[in-house]
Amino acid sequence: MAGIVGYGVYVPSYRIKVEEIARVWGDDPKAISRGLVVTEKSVPAPDEDTATISVEAARNAMKRAIIDPKKIGAVYVGSESHPYAVKPTATIVAEAVDAAPELTAADMEFACKAGTAGMQACMGMVDSGMIEYGLAVGADTAQGAPGDALEYTASAGGAAYVIGNKDTIADIESTYSFTTDTPDFYRREGMPYPSHGGRFTGEPAYFKHVLSAAKGMFDKMGTNASDYDYAVFHQPNGKFYLKAAKKLGFNKEQVEYGLLTPVIGNTYSGATPLGLAAILDEAKAGDRILAVSYGSGAGSDAFSITVNDKIEEKQDLAPKVQDMIKNKRYVDYAVYAKFKDKIKMA
Amino acid sequence: MSDTVRAWRHIPQRYNLMGSKCTQCGTVFFPQRIICPECRRKGQLEDLKLKGEGKIYTYSVITTPTDEFKEIAPYVVAIIELEEGAKVTAQIVDCDPEEVEIGDEVEMVFRRIREEGDDGVISYGFKFKLKK
Ligand SMILES: [Zn+2]
Repeated sequence: MAGIVGYGVYVPSYRIKVEEIARVWGDDPKAISRGLVVTEKSVPAPDEDTATISVEAARNAMKRAIIDPKKIGAVYVGSESHPYAVKPTATIVAEAVDAAPELTAADMEFACKAGTAGMQACMGMVDSGMIEYGLAVGADTAQGAPGDALEYTASAGGAAYVIGNKDTIADIESTYSFTTDTPDFYRREGMPYPSHGGRFTGEPAYFKHVLSAAKGMFDKMGTNASDYDYAVFHQPNGKFYLKAAKKLGFNKEQVEYGLLTPVIGNTYSGATPLGLAAILDEAKAGDRILAVSYGSGAGSDAFSITVNDKIEEKQDLAPKVQDMIKNKRYVDYAVYAKFKDKIKMA
Repeated sequence: MSDTVRAWRHIPQRYNLMGSKCTQCGTVFFPQRIICPECRRKGQLEDLKLKGEGKIYTYSVITTPTDEFKEIAPYVVAIIELEEGAKVTAQIVDCDPEEVEIGDEVEMVFRRIREEGDDGVISYGFKFKLKK
């Protein structure tokens, strides 16, 4: 099966602390932080959006892939915050990595799992011989309505994967998906902020799909949690992630590298791809990884991945997830509101 | 020529810092040129994709911009001397104006340059950030 030839990430450098948001809305910052297991989140600069984040991540992925960009036959960008309603982000990315014009490109949409859906599409096209390499990006600049619980976690970031079957650094052994029609979280056309079903988002939505996809992968591969060195799941907050890990039989050491939401927030389509990248930054040849995304609506994509001995020569060729996390500058709520266009100007 | 068409024509330059190099005297130009002003007809220009790394040659802090850029003020606009020799003018992002000094090393980033209102085209392209 196709594998990962290169990967790259991008997280904006601005941060806002959960306690700063809580201060504005009169919530108890400690209760919020403990309840969600989130302490701060990334904030995009006023000139950053899903296209710029996707381009930065894709350029970093190309630094690790070391391939002729013209050999990329497909570019897919998964997001729920594409800058245009009509005009694909994928065209901007394809041009910016110098892969255009001989390729197919499209934007993917499936709430927070559109990035992994793009990876699967690339895998299929590589394995069928239709393309030599594919580029799949998951990125978002998530918006939570001011004062809504989502505002504590909705953040920005993305990761990109070059998929191919030559010179891979990690091989995808199998992929398994689980999809149902579940209205846990949605946004109608033209509405600025999404709606969510409160408690409905937990058991019948996130947990049902993530756990079913992981268990489906275990059955398909004849594996269980102890066969994996690392696991990463979608992470709307730290609490759901740790609970899903525990239910599947993973211990803290296996899942801690992939958990980024406590320090950068929920990057939506970027979340699982970024968590997987954080693991690849640390992984050694032979390590086995389980990655499970989740998108409201709802569905999960699971990947069983084995890292090979080419990983070490590629890890230092582009910034690591921890470099991006450490490079930060804080803003207060007023600057955050200005950056996020929450203030109407004269 | 409309702004949309102009922005579209400049995509190779704005996205990928496509410049030109004179094969005769080795001078690098950005933006691209058709003839080398030194070598004239003897020179020949070829495309050169600039790496996007360089140093701040000089800069100024914009505190009272036009309405369009009010949201990001105060901000820094610098002339950057690229490693290959050419100079470009660009905004320095993600910094406090006090942090910036002449000679600082910078690298290219991909950002929104401007948008034509809420219903117009968004232009993207290079800006720079301080290297750390
Ligand atoms: Zn010349």
